Amino acid sequence: MAGYILRRLIQSALILLGVAFVTFFLLFVLPADPVRQIAGRSATAETVENIRQQLGLDKPFLVQFFRYLGGLVQGDLGRSYLQKSEVSLLIASRLPATLLLMVAAIFCELAIGLSMGITAALRRDRFTDQALMLTSFVTVSAPQFVVSLLMLYVFAVKLGWFPIGGYGTFRHLVLPAITLGILGSGWYSRMMRSSMIDVMRTDYIRTARAKGLTRARVVLGHALPNAILPIIAMIGIDIGVFMGGIVVVESVFGWPGIGQLAWQAIQRIDIPIIMGVTLVSAAAIVLGNLLADLIVPFIDPRIRLR
Amino acid sequence: MTSAIGVDAARPKGALARLLQRKLAVFGLILIAVVLAGAVFAPLLASFPPDMQNFDGLTIQGAPMPPGGAYPMGTDLLGRDLFSRILYGARTSLIIGVVANGLALLIGTLVGITAGYFRGWIGAVLMRFTDLMMAFPALLLAICLAAIFSPSLWIVALVIALVSWVQTARVIYTETTSLAERDFIAAERTLGAGTGRILFRHILPHLIPTIIVWGTLGISTTVLLEATLSFLGVGVQPPTPSWGNIIFENQTYFQSAPWLVFIPGAAIILLALAFNLVGDALRDVLDPTQRGRA
Repeated sequence: MAGYILRRLIQSALILLGVAFVTFFLLFVLPADPVRQIAGRSATAETVENIRQQLGLDKPFLVQFFRYLGGLVQGDLGRSYLQKSEVSLLIASRLPATLLLMVAAIFCELAIGLSMGITAALRRDRFTDQALMLTSFVTVSAPQFVVSLLMLYVFAVKLGWFPIGGYGTFRHLVLPAITLGILGSGWYSRMMRSSMIDVMRTDYIRTARAKGLTRARVVLGHALPNAILPIIAMIGIDIGVFMGGIVVVESVFGWPGIGQLAWQAIQRIDIPIIMGVTLVSAAAIVLGNLLADLIVPFIDPRIRLR
Repeated sequence: MTSAIGVDAARPKGALARLLQRKLAVFGLILIAVVLAGAVFAPLLASFPPDMQNFDGLTIQGAPMPPGGAYPMGTDLLGRDLFSRILYGARTSLIIGVVANGLALLIGTLVGITAGYFRGWIGAVLMRFTDLMMAFPALLLAICLAAIFSPSLWIVALVIALVSWVQTARVIYTETTSLAERDFIAAERTLGAGTGRILFRHILPHLIPTIIVWGTLGISTTVLLEATLSFLGVGVQPPTPSWGNIIFENQTYFQSAPWLVFIPGAAIILLALAFNLVGDALRDVLDPTQRGRA
């Protein structure tokens, strides 16, 4: 077990190193000149060259990359070109908002997705089941920004129940969390449905029924705890999915997390911030996947890791 | 559409018939047919050119017109007919969907089949690179690439392809590794068949059902990705209409003229839904292990 974890950790570190290299490379070769952005339109060629030298952007690619890596291993993500601040501090100040939204969103996804999946499984092949599965298809086919705008229009503009965006109170959190919950529920409900159907076919459920237990006890006490096992591992993967979409959701809801930070940085070609957010997101994705793999043997002792 | 023909070719009879028995799949096919017809016949169906700023297309206050009258879906902030823009926008979505996804499928299949057949260091390098791509926040990468290039339709398609081939590569890899160990491949090799012949004459045909399924589901993903990039203003650039950039352009009117957001929004959802429904049904129909199950 310890050996397995160690091996996976090393693998994860290598993957992150690869992500850093590829991102750095892409930002290096792309036809965007951050120095012009910093210097402003009226800057002379001389000023531009001076800034380039100061930032070390005149150095060859590998020199720049290894200098970045040198900082990275010490937790230094460099300085933002335009906001006069350390990238690590900028990210640290934004990360709590993103994490809060993530926890709330995943909670909503589970609440909506699992109840849909269980209901569909118990009503298998009937109208309710078909309607719920069609709904789950719609949720995975809907772009985040459309549903976000729809929720804002109905619940903020028309009904005025929630603020139109922003951050700070519980009421600000509700709409983005429920929006993400609806959007992410589709995968959970489909997984939960098929897992539940498989479990309901097993011998121990037949035994439980034969003992004369009530339907509620069979479903909640016997079937659910077993059917939910594969879902728990999905949460780890879901963290990655969440991190992939934060730019859109945070910009629509005006949520001051790292997605919004990245979006602002992309528009101004503030490369150190783009690098930093990419790495933090990639780390979250890798850790989420690792968590998904590690959690399985704990909840299902039949599976052993090698 | 093409997938339906492909199914027929891969398994004469049977598959297509089974597909047509599924209500949801038929619903999806009809939706796709409607969008396709709208895109192809846009010049005939649209009452106005998509870029025409109608001088009676705005209210006296200069606001967009609500749906009704000469403008069945209303007008946008420049007084252009929304219905015409939606029709021409369907072209953008379908072109990107087919081109970007076709490219992603091509890259994914090549990477997967090569890694799966050769194993060894080529396979290891390719699959580690695929792992790396899996860890990439794909949307962030796409936004970044699209923002830095000034995007044309083709650049957007290329960017989307570059971030969406990974899933296909993994699936094709897994299937190729198991195919490569089967006896008929070993026999073929003993008979002295060249690598190219084995790969393209014997392994590839077995992968076609998988490619069809992932190709169909993938169009839905690429349509969504294009819409998202265009919504952020880094995808297809106005005045070329795309369902995503119609929303991007009219966002400021979102409270007073919600149809400008929700009509293109509904179009995106329906098209993505259609490909998801058909793809999902194809998976059941083409996968022999699923046959006979509900």
